[in-house]
Amino acid sequence: MTVRLISQLIDTLIVLFGVSTLVFLLLVLIPGDPVDVVLGESAQAADREAMRAALGLDRPLPERWLKFYVDLAHGDLGDSLVRLQPVTDLIRQRLPATLQLAAAAFVLVLLIAMPLGIIAARHRGRWPDSLAQTFALVGVSIPNFWLGPLLVLLFSVYLGWTPVSGNLESGSLVLPAITLGLSMAAITTRMMRSSLLEIESQPFLRTARCKGLSEGAVMLRHSLPNAMLPVITVLGLQLGGLLAGAVITEVVFSWPGIGSLLVDAIRQRDYPVVQGVVLFIALSYVLVNRLSDTLAAWLDPRIRERA
Amino acid sequence: MRTSSLILLAWLSMAVVGLLPVIEPYRVSLPEILATPSTDHWLGTDELGRPVLDRLLSGAGVSLLVALTTVTISALIGIAVGLVAGYFGGVTDRLISRVIEIFLAFPGMLLAIAMAAMIGPGIDNVIIALAVMGWVGYARLVRVQVMSLRQRDHVLAAAALGSSDLTIMRRHLLPLVMAPVWVEASFGVAGAVVAEAGLSFLGLGIQAPDASWGGMIRDGVRYLLVAPHLVVAPGMALFLVVLAANLFGDALRDRFDVTSRNSW
Repeated sequence: MTVRLISQLIDTLIVLFGVSTLVFLLLVLIPGDPVDVVLGESAQAADREAMRAALGLDRPLPERWLKFYVDLAHGDLGDSLVRLQPVTDLIRQRLPATLQLAAAAFVLVLLIAMPLGIIAARHRGRWPDSLAQTFALVGVSIPNFWLGPLLVLLFSVYLGWTPVSGNLESGSLVLPAITLGLSMAAITTRMMRSSLLEIESQPFLRTARCKGLSEGAVMLRHSLPNAMLPVITVLGLQLGGLLAGAVITEVVFSWPGIGSLLVDAIRQRDYPVVQGVVLFIALSYVLVNRLSDTLAAWLDPRIRERA
Repeated sequence: MRTSSLILLAWLSMAVVGLLPVIEPYRVSLPEILATPSTDHWLGTDELGRPVLDRLLSGAGVSLLVALTTVTISALIGIAVGLVAGYFGGVTDRLISRVIEIFLAFPGMLLAIAMAAMIGPGIDNVIIALAVMGWVGYARLVRVQVMSLRQRDHVLAAAALGSSDLTIMRRHLLPLVMAPVWVEASFGVAGAVVAEAGLSFLGLGIQAPDASWGGMIRDGVRYLLVAPHLVVAPGMALFLVVLAANLFGDALRDRFDVTSRNSW
């Protein structure tokens, strides 16, 4: 287990290094001179030089790269060009709203996907199964920037149950959470169903039934624990993906999280903020995925005890 | 498979009709602003009085063009990279696998959003951004397939007869890895259509006055309370195309699974 953990840690560090390098290199992609893009071509020469120095563009690329890592190691993502604040402060201010939204969506995913997947697997080939499969297909096919407005139309405008946007009133979390969580609920339902069906023919389930356990007990004690492993891996992938998926959802509902921060920064050409938020989301994604992989491996005694 | 093929065919025809000169996606008509659907304008008009149906047809062409180009470029790059990694193995494979792993470490749309943010909007840049995100899936798929096929008798025989690496990859490996690539490409079309619309929704994709389903939803959301048809119509088109592409991919996967099972 320890050897496995260490090799995984080294592996993760290499990926983190690669990801941050890729995000660093994104700045190089800006066509033309970023200073022109930010200030406009009519700016004063002195202002341009100041901006160039602030962005570190007067230094050669390898030196900027090294400085990027030194700063990153100190938890410094640079300063916003527009808001004149450190990028880390901006992320820290906006993160709670995003985490709240992601947590609500994740709870929703669990509440929908677990029961639906179990029901679908137990009634395989009959109507509850088709219903769950239809839900899964519609869920992954419906774009969240369309689902959001549709939900607003239905629940806020026609029924008047929930606020239209923002996060100040109670109940304002519901529609954004559904918008963000639906496609993930769909994927997890599908995974839950197929994972349960895959172990259905295992001898230990036959044994459990032969010794007279009720279907409920078989499900709870034998099917679920075994079927959960691949589901946990998929859930981990999605938990990380929630931060990225939140970008569009937050724009739809004017939700003041890091997703809106990113899109606002893109519109204002506030490149350090864009870079910082992208890096933050990508690094969180990698870490959550690795943690869930480790968790799945640790939960599986076959892997835990072999290593 | 029949329903999904019909919808995809409808998408194709919409794109073709959208090219006809009778379609007027840019015709501004201020007296008819935000008109609801009627016999004059089947899907109503938008905030500039432009006919929504015409813009929908024009947008079908944009999404089709972006989807097909993105999937083709992604698949070509991914197949080439995957073939090289899987066939040569060793250091080449380890290096390529690392790169694949790093690209996979970006969640879905994030890389495309970041790319589009940096290189700017426009249809070319959308295709570039989506291809940068898309090639990885094909590369990973082809690499694994080739690794399992590399020691097959027919490949070893070809090598023993003096075929070059390129010939072996093209004639003896490529045809065998294409089935899953087609499945991936089908899901890739769904992904590219959503991604293009998503980027356009964020204002990072197709720019006004050109019509894009994502851009139409973005503009329509502002008038959601008075003219919901502006959001419902392009969204429904988008949803149906994505649904059809996903269904088509599922059906394709089932079909290929059956044939491979029978041939073993």
